Amino acid sequence: MTGRVFLPLLRRDLLLAYRRRSELLLPLVFLMVVVSLFPLGVGPGLQVLSRIAVGVIWIAALLATVLSLDGLFRGDFEDGSLEQLVISGHSLPLAALARVAGHWLVAGLPIVLLSPLLALWMNLGEGGWSVLVISLALGTPTLSLLGGIGAALTVSLHRGGQLLSLLVFPLYVPILILAASAVTAATDGLPYNGQLGLLAAALVAALSLAPWAIAAALRLSLE
Amino acid sequence: MSTVKRIFHQFGSPPWLFRFAGFAIPWLWAACLGLGAWGLWWGLVKAPPDYLQGESVRIMYLHVPSAWMSMGIYAGMAVFGFCALVWRVRAAEVIALASAPVGAAFTLLALVTGSLWGRPTWGTYWVWDARLTSELVLLFLYLGVMGLAAAFDEPRKGARAACLLALVGLVNLPLIHYSVEWWNTLHQPASVGVEGSSIHPSMLWPLLLMALATKFYYLANLLTRTRLQLVVENRKSRWVRDWVLETR
Repeated sequence: MTGRVFLPLLRRDLLLAYRRRSELLLPLVFLMVVVSLFPLGVGPGLQVLSRIAVGVIWIAALLATVLSLDGLFRGDFEDGSLEQLVISGHSLPLAALARVAGHWLVAGLPIVLLSPLLALWMNLGEGGWSVLVISLALGTPTLSLLGGIGAALTVSLHRGGQLLSLLVFPLYVPILILAASAVTAATDGLPYNGQLGLLAAALVAALSLAPWAIAAALRLSLE
Repeated sequence: MSTVKRIFHQFGSPPWLFRFAGFAIPWLWAACLGLGAWGLWWGLVKAPPDYLQGESVRIMYLHVPSAWMSMGIYAGMAVFGFCALVWRVRAAEVIALASAPVGAAFTLLALVTGSLWGRPTWGTYWVWDARLTSELVLLFLYLGVMGLAAAFDEPRKGARAACLLALVGLVNLPLIHYSVEWWNTLHQPASVGVEGSSIHPSMLWPLLLMALATKFYYLANLLTRTRLQLVVENRKSRWVRDWVLETR
């Protein structure tokens, strides 16, 4: 089953992304620009920067994810391949999961890999670096999954971008809180396993529920 | 056919729901106005001022019922959304969608009265307290449901999308609530003095009356909106034409 839908779709998405390599860099450049605006706005004082570092990096990651999510299903919707996928009889939740996995590999994983540089810029305490990377690695797939529901709901709308942010940001609140508190606890030398465990739990829950919600939303958009 | 099943099917039929709403709305408004007037008189005139907060405590009789309604209506909206999606009950779609503006209004009312109450008692209009924050997120969820429903050209499609979003929001709501609560207590424990859970009967009775009044207000408003929506959507069907000819 997975071999017939999940892997071919994932391979197609990754191949498409590879062929358009310049677009791959855009979310990363966006992330760097947004983060670099904060020192300009609040002043270069290292004390202030290290206090707001986690929040800034995570909020920039949220924004980058939502911006890249907007087009998640749009191309497939417009050229009709989404319709073909729905009537093909393959498992639609699995196909949705493949698209989201492709999105995360292209837009989420680079954020995780770039985060140490951002932590350096924002003068995050050394103890928090590894936890920041782990929190992003556990949190950004959840963001992609939850955002996929919003992207599937707004796929047939022409100007879905701002609406998409309104739909998904409230759903991101728990992830942001957990991740920020894990990193803050780590820089303060406090235990942070609980927060990371809850982030992992949220990922598992989203992984098991979101594909069905995305599939239902896609069916609804195609009606 | 069992009674439950019959009621279920009747509610799903637009003409039946339309006639039922037309019959119920005057009674619901009467109950809302009567209980509301009684509750407001009791709360604003008869009930004693708080020994600590003085007269400012009276805003509670509006604030607390609004906060209760803001959460209850969201749950109701999601339940009707579930019925609409699973059994494709047309009337449930209309009711779920009609709930959203009323719920959003109650959420806004709870936030505004809360911050007006916060000024004299906490010394500030706004704190990032757990309850205030989750109420704000709830307002965003309502706005998202309304925005999504309005964004579609076809109203039925918009309604179904909004129902699905309401359902996703309902799954998330406890998570948001507990995470926000935990976030706040981690950062600034006990900055907000919550009154003791036991309220004196002299204050509890007007509060309960107002809670009932807001429930009747919601039902009356909801059914009025539902009736309007049913007429708009079924304007070409026979029963609407008959009704128009009958009432003219």
